[in-house]
Amino acid sequence: MTAVIETNNLTKRYRDLIAVNGLSLSVAEGEIFGFLGPNGAGKTTTILMLLGLTEANGGQAHVCGFDPAREPLDVKKRVGYLPENPGFYDDLSGRENLLYITRLNRIAEREARRRITQLLEQVGLGTDGDRNVREYSRGMKQRLGIAEVLVKEPQVLILDEPTLGLDPDGAARILELITAVSRERGHAVLLSSHMLHQVQQMCHRVGIIVKGKLIAEGEVDKLGTAAFKERQWNFVIEIGGRTNGIENELRSLPGVTAVEPRNRGWYLRCTQDMRPEVAALVVKRGLSLLQLRSEDTTLEEIYLKYFREA
Amino acid sequence: MTVVFWKELADHFSSRRFMILLAIIVLTGVWAIYAAGQSIRQDAESAPAEFVFLLLLTSQSGGLLSLTSFLGLLGPLVGIMLGFDAVSGEYARGTLSRVLSQPIYRDSLINGKFLAGLATVATLWASILLLVIGLGIVLVGFPPTAEELWRMLIFTIVGIVYVGFWLALALLFSLLFQRTVTAALASLAIWLFLAIFAPLVAQIAANLIVPNPSTPEEAVRQTDIAAMIGRISPTTLYEESVHVMLNPTARVLGAALEEQTQGILLTPLALAQSLLLILPQFTTLIALVGVCFGICYIKFMRTEIRA
Repeated sequence: MTAVIETNNLTKRYRDLIAVNGLSLSVAEGEIFGFLGPNGAGKTTTILMLLGLTEANGGQAHVCGFDPAREPLDVKKRVGYLPENPGFYDDLSGRENLLYITRLNRIAEREARRRITQLLEQVGLGTDGDRNVREYSRGMKQRLGIAEVLVKEPQVLILDEPTLGLDPDGAARILELITAVSRERGHAVLLSSHMLHQVQQMCHRVGIIVKGKLIAEGEVDKLGTAAFKERQWNFVIEIGGRTNGIENELRSLPGVTAVEPRNRGWYLRCTQDMRPEVAALVVKRGLSLLQLRSEDTTLEEIYLKYFREA
Repeated sequence: MTVVFWKELADHFSSRRFMILLAIIVLTGVWAIYAAGQSIRQDAESAPAEFVFLLLLTSQSGGLLSLTSFLGLLGPLVGIMLGFDAVSGEYARGTLSRVLSQPIYRDSLINGKFLAGLATVATLWASILLLVIGLGIVLVGFPPTAEELWRMLIFTIVGIVYVGFWLALALLFSLLFQRTVTAALASLAIWLFLAIFAPLVAQIAANLIVPNPSTPEEAVRQTDIAAMIGRISPTTLYEESVHVMLNPTARVLGAALEEQTQGILLTPLALAQSLLLILPQFTTLIALVGVCFGICYIKFMRTEIRA
């Protein structure tokens, strides 16, 4: 697969602050790349450089084979960008807002109208397309933003926090929409988000940026192994019966490093597969084992580990 | 750029702000013309008979400001109101980064906005002119002559350029300040200063340079210095240009000694001569607009647009 977005040692300085420091990443065709990092880490600055909206101080970027600093129009023609908190013209309807964008893209009127109707339907604004944007809810605006990004039929989608400020259901729907669209049309997607759980499910690869540096990059499982050196053996256990004292007994088992109480049951961190020993202990005490399952490292843990270390 | 232009123009014409401006200007225009029409007979006796129509624009009878002074006063407000939130407003609504991530050259946005504002001003001013001609024919009873029409046309162009300056200034402030309110207040402050305080400052400065003039030559020199300093303000340039254009008998700007005016016939100047007289003022006005918009343009091309 060819890389659609590629940066090499990209750097941006603001006076004495280094916003982006030697960033190298690549996103392939049809790939969804999760761009993670705390606020102010340099995600938006990187995105602006990819679009040619701000100039880099060093390094190169290539989007669809074009240099955004020199050929911004060629890049912008092919990239659909949804900024953080996208705004629309309040006194125009959703449809008119999209129409303005198609005119700026020099898409023929008839074709533009056809696309807009279809997209409004697809993002679930079919019946609200002719209402003024003033009356839209946050989620509706965000969905209109997705439609706007797609209306020019781009090759790449760059979405800056598309789920910011949405309720969990709305956020999940936006992300589902993005996944569906990317799968259907084969877009490369660069997505920054704080919804780590969803990002883990939908992204092929993630990159974690802290203080302008890309400190980790790769598939989520591999990142987990890399982050914690050895494989993690984490289990959730739930026990029925008289459980007092069991916590200390669990802790005293060799191989168990930590026992953290959960709502119901405990969370065990171990150095090896302790399931047989734990089960035997529970049975020996005459209690009933309600559940014992292994839990993989979540992106959240990886993220927090990297973030705290940096 | 044409896309931005038409969008901005449509926005201007459908905005409530424009409706209010239009109402204010039409009302004052009608009132000023009506007041001037009431006293046109006495006024006409002191003016050359062939330019009665222009009197409608400049007559100050009835204790009111003349139409040209009204427009000189309201014009800047129109420019400021059309321009003060041009960029900062888009920024605040979060539309700027979206529009700029479309495949358009960055300057087409600011050019489109400025030209749309100018077109709006031109429409306003031209409609007032037509209103004046229509009302004038009813009040006076005969149509304007060709020369009067030319003079009014040039007056209109001067007016549009004058408002264009304020538009460019407001646009500049809307770029410099990210808050629309700050931009509006800054533009209004500059307007107050240039329109009201600049002549006073010019007078004070002239008094300092030539204190207590004792001879007529010194007095004339003092007045000239005051006029020169006053011309920093586009308001002065506008007023002088309009004065010459609409008063064909005006021959000099500023003071003249008695021996200089001796023997001058009090006949009206030809159109070309009047034009020649205001050429410096008019070119300076255009240059001011150019400089103001030029700064805007450079500033806008260099700003980083963050979401």
